[in-house]
Amino acid sequence: MIASLAVALVHIAVVGAGAPLLIGALGTLKARLVGRRGPSPWQPYADFRKLLAKEVVVSTTTSWVFRATPYLLVATSLVTALIVPVATVRPPLAFAGNIILLVYLFMLGTFFLALAGLDAGSAFGGMGSSREVAVAALAEPTVIVAVFALALRADTIDLGRIVERFGSEPHLALNPAHLLAFAAFFIVMLAETGRLPVDNPATHLELTMIHEAMVLEYSGRYLALVEWASAMKLFLFMTLLANLFVPWGLTEPTGPVAVLGGLLALAGKLSVLTLAVAVLETAVAKLRLFRVPELLAGSFALAFLSLMAVFLVR
Amino acid sequence: MNRLVYGVIAAMGIVAAGLGGYGMAGGAGTLRLAWLVPLGGLELTLDPLGGLFLGLIGLAAAPASVYGMGDPDGGGRGRLAYAVFVASMCLVPLAANTMTFLIAWELMSLASYALVLHDRESEESVRAGWIYAVMTHAGLACLLAGMLLLGAEVGSQRFADWRAAAPALAPATRDLAFVLLALGFAGKAGVIPLHVWLPLAHPAAPSHVSALMSGVMIKLGIYGLLRVSLDWLGVGPPWWGATLLVAGAVSSVIGVLYALVEHDLKRLLAFHSIENIGIILLGIGSAALYRVAGLDALARLGLIAALYHTVNHAAFKALLFLGAGAVVHATGTRNMEAMGGLIKRMPWTAGCFLVGSAAIAALPPLNGFVSEWLTFLALFQNTRLDAVGQNLVFTLGIASLALTGGLAMACFVKAFGITFLALPRSDAAAGAHEASPPMRLAMLTLAAACVALGLGPTLVVPVFGSVAAAILKTPPSATGGDWLTLRVAGEFASLSTAAIAVALAASLLVPFAAFWILGAARRTRAYETWGCGRIVQTARMEYTATAFANPFKRVFDFFYRPSKRLDIEFHPESRFFVERIEYENPTRSIFDDWLYRPALELLQAAARAVGALQSGSANQYLAYILVALLLMLVLA
Repeated sequence: MIASLAVALVHIAVVGAGAPLLIGALGTLKARLVGRRGPSPWQPYADFRKLLAKEVVVSTTTSWVFRATPYLLVATSLVTALIVPVATVRPPLAFAGNIILLVYLFMLGTFFLALAGLDAGSAFGGMGSSREVAVAALAEPTVIVAVFALALRADTIDLGRIVERFGSEPHLALNPAHLLAFAAFFIVMLAETGRLPVDNPATHLELTMIHEAMVLEYSGRYLALVEWASAMKLFLFMTLLANLFVPWGLTEPTGPVAVLGGLLALAGKLSVLTLAVAVLETAVAKLRLFRVPELLAGSFALAFLSLMAVFLVR
Repeated sequence: MNRLVYGVIAAMGIVAAGLGGYGMAGGAGTLRLAWLVPLGGLELTLDPLGGLFLGLIGLAAAPASVYGMGDPDGGGRGRLAYAVFVASMCLVPLAANTMTFLIAWELMSLASYALVLHDRESEESVRAGWIYAVMTHAGLACLLAGMLLLGAEVGSQRFADWRAAAPALAPATRDLAFVLLALGFAGKAGVIPLHVWLPLAHPAAPSHVSALMSGVMIKLGIYGLLRVSLDWLGVGPPWWGATLLVAGAVSSVIGVLYALVEHDLKRLLAFHSIENIGIILLGIGSAALYRVAGLDALARLGLIAALYHTVNHAAFKALLFLGAGAVVHATGTRNMEAMGGLIKRMPWTAGCFLVGSAAIAALPPLNGFVSEWLTFLALFQNTRLDAVGQNLVFTLGIASLALTGGLAMACFVKAFGITFLALPRSDAAAGAHEASPPMRLAMLTLAAACVALGLGPTLVVPVFGSVAAAILKTPPSATGGDWLTLRVAGEFASLSTAAIAVALAASLLVPFAAFWILGAARRTRAYETWGCGRIVQTARMEYTATAFANPFKRVFDFFYRPSKRLDIEFHPESRFFVERIEYENPTRSIFDDWLYRPALELLQAAARAVGALQSGSANQYLAYILVALLLMLVLA
C-alpha cells in the first residue's frame, strides 16, 4: 500500500513537473533548428508562474462549466498519469480499467474543454471546439485500435504487461502490423496534442488554429491549468509511444533503484522522441484544416489494418 | 385526474419492477387462462430474462409517469393510450405462447401509434404515424410468419416446447425461422436499415412517451433478438451471431453519423438510440459466436455487456428525452439553433442533461463507460476463437465501437453546448423557465440511476451474470473481484469505476483547494467575452449547430452526400448591399435513396400491373371467376 502510494506520487511528480520541461525543450530545439537562439527550456515554468500571479477575467456569458473545466482537465491528466506505465510496468491505477479507461479519460477532458469553448458565446471558441472534437473523434478511436493491435499480439490488455511482454520477447514486434500500429499512433500523438502538421501551437491566427481558439477566453490561473493539462497530455502520449514501442528499461517497482532506472530509461527515450518531433515540426508545414481529417482517417485505417493483420499474418 | 392516472401508472411500474426483480432472482411463476383467448389461451411465465426486461420497463415507467404528472402538455389526451402502452409492454416479456405474445406486441404497437399521433394537427406527426404503422406491421408480418412456421414444425405454439424441440429441427427450417423472427424484432429495435420509422416517430410523441419508446419499447426488440438467437432456437450456426455483430457495427456507426448532423434535439436523441442498439447487438453477436465455439465464459461476458448496456441505455436515454422535453416545453421549439443559454434559466434540467450526455458519451465514471468497457473486452478476446473469418468480424466490431465512442462524444458536445451554453439564440429561449417539480424529480432519479450504475458494476454484474447463465444454460459464473474492483475473464482485465471516481475527485479538489486557500478567487474579474473590439456581443455571433457539425459533414461527405443551396438577395440599387442570405446544406439519406425508394417504386409498378386486370366491366369479372373455378377443378 505504502509502496504503491509512493509510486503514485513519483508518477504524478514526474508527469506534473516534467511536462513543462518537455514543452520548453521542444520550443528550444525548434528554435535552434531554424537558427534562432530561442527561449530557455525552462521558459514554461516562468510562464506558469506569471499566469498564476495574474488576475483572471471571466466572461459574463459563461456558466459554471467554464470555471470547472480547468480543474477537471488537470484531474483527468493526473489520473491518466497513474494509468500509463511511466516509471514502472505496474502503474498504481492499472487495475482501474486500462487502455480503454485511458482513452475515455482523455475524451472526458476533451468533452468539457469543448463545452467550455462554446460557453463564452464567441465564434472563435465555437470554431475551436468544433475542430477540436472533429480531430479528437477520429484520433481517439485510433489510439484504442492501435493499442489493441499490440495488445492482441502480447495477449494481454494491461499496458504494463504489454511493455513487459514485448521487452522479453522482442521477436513479437517483428511484424508489419507493429510498424503500422506505430505509424498510426505517431500521427495520432501529433493530432491529439495539437502539434504540426495538425495544429500549430505557435500560431494565433484565428482561422487556422484549433486548440488555441478553444481556450481563447481563458486567462490567469485558469489558462495556466489548461496549458499545464495539455502539456501533461503531450508528455503522457509521448511516454506511451516510447514505452510501448521501445519497451526496455522498465521493471516492476521492486525498489527505488528500479523506479529510478525506469525514469532514466524514459528520459533517454523522450529525448530522442522530442528531437524527432522537433525535426518533424520544422520540416513540415501545417495541413489545410480539411486535409487534417484525411490524415486522421488514414491513421485510423492504418490502425485497423494493423488489427486485422494480427489474424491474417500469424 | 391527470395526477391520479399517472400516479397509478407509476405505482404499477414499481410493482412490475418488484415482480421483475423476483423473476431475476430465480423466482418462477406461470399463469394460464385457457378460456380467455383462442388458439392456446393466455399464458404468462416469469423467468430471469423476462424478469430483467419487466423490471426495466417498470423502473423506466415510474419516473416517466411522474414526469407526465408535471408535464402540462402531456396530460389530457392520450392517458388511456399511455396506460395501455405501459401495460402491454409489461406483458411482452412474460408471454409464453404465440397468441399471448402477438396480442401484447400488437397492443403495444397500436397504443404507441396513437401516442405518436398525439399532435393530430401537424402534418409531420401524421406522416410519422403512417411510416411507423407501415414499418411496425411489416415487422409484425415477419414475426407472424416466423412464429407460425415454428409452431407448425414443432406442433405447439408454446415457447417452452420450441426450446425443447429446436435442436431436432431441420437446419433450413431453423435458419428460415431465425431470419423471419430476427427481421421482425430488428425492425422494432431500429436496427439499420430498418430504422426509418424511429427518428420520425420518437420525436412526434410527448416527451415522457418518447422516453419510454426509446428507453424500453425498442429494447423489447432486443429482448426478441435475445430469445431468437440464444434461447428459442437453441445453438445456431455461426452466421447468426456474425450477422448480428455486423448489424451492430453498422447500426452504431451510422446511427451516430446521422445524429451528428441532426439539429432537432429529439430527433438527435432518436438517432442515438439506433447507435446504442448497435452497441447492444455487438454484445449479443459476440455472445452467440462464442457460444457456438463452446466458450461459455466469454459468451456470458458478451451477454452481460449487452444486458448492462440495455439497462444503461434505458436510464440515460429516458433521462435525455425527459430533459429534451423540459427544454422543448420551455422554449416551444425542438430546433437547437433557436436555443442557447438555458443553463442559467434551467439549472436543474441542464445539470441532469449534462449527466445524461456524459453517460451516453461513455465518459468515465458513469454507466455508459462501464458497459462499453465490457463490450470492448468481450470483442477483444476473440483471439480465443480459431476462425479467421470470425476474427475479422470481431475486429470490425472493435473498430466501429471505438469510432462510435469518439463520434458520440462530439455529438453530445454539440447537443449540450449549443442547447444550454452561451447566449440564448431566440426570445423564447431567453424567456425559458425551469421545469416543474415532478419533472425535476423524474430527471434527478434517472440521473442518480446513471451515476449508481456507473459506480456499482461490482454489484450489478453478478445479477446480470446469473440472468446470462440462465439463458445460456451454463452454471452461474463466479465473477471475480471484490466490492471495489470488477475482474472479468479470470485475471484478464479489471475495472474499478469507484477508484476512478475517487482519484478524479481528489485530483480535482486539491488544486481547487490550493487556490482557494491562497485567496485566488478574489483576483477574478467578470467582463464580457473578447471579440476583436466589437461593441456588443449578440447571439448572432455565436457558433451554430450547423457550423459545429460542418467538419463532420465534410469528412464523411461520401456518406452524407450534402447538397448546397445559396440564395442571396441584393439591394435593388447596388450589388454591394445584401438584403437577405438564405443558405441550405441538407444531407440525403442513402437508405431512402437506394433502398426504400426503389422498393416502393417496384411495389407501385407491380400494383399498376395488377391494376390492369381491373377494368370495371362486370362481364370480365365473371370471366375471371369462371377461369378461376375451372383452374381449381383441373388442379384438384
